[in-house]
Amino acid sequence: MKATFRGGVHPAHGSKRPTQALATRDFVSDTVQIVMNMNIGAPSKPCVKKGDHVKVGQVIGEPVGFLGLPVHASVSGEVVAVDAIPYLTGDMVQSVTIKNDFQDEWEELHPLGNVEKVDPAQIIPAIKAAGICGMGGASFPTHVKLTIAPGKKCEYVLANGAECETHITCDDRLMQENATRVVDGLRAVMRALNVSQGIIGIEDNKPAAIAAMQKACQGRHGVRVQVMKTKYPQGGEKQLIKVLTGREVPSGGLPIDCGCVVVNVGTCAAIADAIIDGKPVIDRICTVTGAVRSPANLRLRIGTITEDIIGECGGYSTDPGKIFFGGAMTGMCLPNDQLPMAKSTNGIVVFTKEEAVSAEESPCIRCSKCVDACPIGLNPYDMKIFADAEKWDVCKKKHVMDCMLCGACAFICPARRWLTPSFKIAKQKIAEQAKKEAAAK
Amino acid sequence: MSLILSSAPHVRSKANTQRLMLNVIIALLPSLAAGIYYFGWRAALVVGVSVASAVAAEFIWQKLSRQKVRVYDLSAVVTGLLLGLIVPPSAPWWMMIIGSFFAIMVVKQLFGGIGDNFLNPALAARALLLASWPALMTSGYNIGKFADATSSATPLLAGASYMDLLLGNVTGAIGETCKIAILLGFIWLLVTRTIRFEIPAAILGTAALLGWALGYDPLTTVLSGGLLFGAVFMATDYVTTPMRWEARALYAVGVGIIVVLIRKFGSYPEGVTYAILLMNIAGPLFDRIPMHRIYGYTKAKKEGK
Ligand code: SF4
Ligand code: SF4
Repeated sequence: MKATFRGGVHPAHGSKRPTQALATRDFVSDTVQIVMNMNIGAPSKPCVKKGDHVKVGQVIGEPVGFLGLPVHASVSGEVVAVDAIPYLTGDMVQSVTIKNDFQDEWEELHPLGNVEKVDPAQIIPAIKAAGICGMGGASFPTHVKLTIAPGKKCEYVLANGAECETHITCDDRLMQENATRVVDGLRAVMRALNVSQGIIGIEDNKPAAIAAMQKACQGRHGVRVQVMKTKYPQGGEKQLIKVLTGREVPSGGLPIDCGCVVVNVGTCAAIADAIIDGKPVIDRICTVTGAVRSPANLRLRIGTITEDIIGECGGYSTDPGKIFFGGAMTGMCLPNDQLPMAKSTNGIVVFTKEEAVSAEESPCIRCSKCVDACPIGLNPYDMKIFADAEKWDVCKKKHVMDCMLCGACAFICPARRWLTPSFKIAKQKIAEQAKKEAAAK
Repeated sequence: MSLILSSAPHVRSKANTQRLMLNVIIALLPSLAAGIYYFGWRAALVVGVSVASAVAAEFIWQKLSRQKVRVYDLSAVVTGLLLGLIVPPSAPWWMMIIGSFFAIMVVKQLFGGIGDNFLNPALAARALLLASWPALMTSGYNIGKFADATSSATPLLAGASYMDLLLGNVTGAIGETCKIAILLGFIWLLVTRTIRFEIPAAILGTAALLGWALGYDPLTTVLSGGLLFGAVFMATDYVTTPMRWEARALYAVGVGIIVVLIRKFGSYPEGVTYAILLMNIAGPLFDRIPMHRIYGYTKAKKEGK
């Protein structure tokens, strides 16, 4: 039997993945604009100025703070601007714009070689130096995730190849085209943490990726593929852990609290690149689909502008109504197509005007579909009542902090209630409140 | 370029409230057709009046109370249809108007409208009509194909064969007699994922088991009276069933038990209405019993703190 979790929904997978069978191709644009807040934590500090010549892989942003990561030039050429732009959340963010000279002149790299032979102590520092953060969308700095707190022990490293979101196929393609790199990256993490068990979880709607990964695992130490049922949110960290190990992350805790570390397969490949070739994160695969003339899986240099990417895909097929980074269940909307993609941008989806129309909220009919869908076991209809009334403390009692904002409840709700957006606000309010209280003490 | 900015998720399932209600309406059509086949045009009139007055009541209430008019969500049509199908075929038209207005205005809207009523409107209206005009509600079956029947045998004691029960060749309320039609509707509801099979299955299973233990024939228990109709269409009403599956299970088993107990020990031949209404009241309490686990909480680390 194929492994799965309780709850979840089926947001019409097959029909929404026209790019599954399309091989990845490269696209390098004239200009890239690289933002400094690509990872969770303090934004990096630009260390180049207008007029500088930079090489591919050269550090252009220095890490700031505990969660900080370096940022690297993704093309060679001249820095034409260092300025602040409003990014996805609307906040102003420093950015470095580079005019590509198409010389592809590389900074000198420092490869560490074979992942099975490299000194384990060198692995995590190399991951940090390469600027790697969660490539599945979370953008959490990977070296911090891999720094295990004293007293905790990691027993499983899980490679997340579920790719349960709608539309996105970049991990699927990566696993088909570069399976060995994914396994190399997983092995590097296992060696760095001295863990003997590595499991790659893949949903059963990706048979080619499963076959490729199984082949790549042959003869490798301690790694195997586990096929999982196709259901959203199978790739949620908590669901993945439950399905692959039978364990649960304690409420409010981290995967390591149940002996697990979860790394996206894209992140695994980036780690392998960093160790074997010494290559920092300067590109990634990104699925471009929806209302564009020719949907594609593109290997993009970090900082490629959305408009250029759409142009490479034949342009809009009709007037766009909505554009978002990521899949349709959790993606972030763009105010316009001038924004650049970042390290964690796994997909760009364009909706037509009709698709973009927001559903109007109507009264809850207590159908309990949200309850059945919630993978955490919450009562979304009930939390929503108190979120609407702005009774944040009641929301908290009803476990809104355990909500992972997966969107399953809002997806299934026949009354079109804005469940997940309300919980997002509730979580923010409660977090702010907690901060205030901590400050007052 | 003007782009819409909104919070995820950006896709919604196809089934909205209106679509689900439409599914229920479609599921009720075979029963309506069977009712008209057996009881003639009089049955069509009863159901027609019931639906029309339910919709009118909803519209008038929403207009008068200056709410957004939501008649198009079709929930009033469902209520009207359900009520029309659980009364005798010769029910007078004025009684149907009273029943529908009571169902919509008192049972549903007074408590806050769709989603907030704790009693099933159609069943509550039937209970009201039964209490007010018991004679009219328990007779008048001798029309249509049953015009020559000597007496209006109570549906339960008809002593009919399985085949008669299945086909609906027995007297009873308009939509409750033909089990084949009800099962067709049930299949439609399952295929379209409008309802889950657990509630009807648990009710019927419990009733059959308990009936058997008390000396009834299990299959006759399930096929007689309004049990099948109630289990499929009434006990699965979204608003008045518990939210968590653990609570739904208790609710369904409760309905099954009460139905059989009323049949065995009650003075009414037909306990389905009261059984479901009683469990409607108990349902919210079941939801309060903390029976389910939330991800990430172990027994030691109890939820709540
Ligand atoms: S968004 Fe939150 S409440 Fe809704 S299904 Fe996901 S975890 Fe449950
Ligand atoms: S899915 Fe929507 S309508 Fe159904 S119970 Fe949940 S909030 Fe209410």
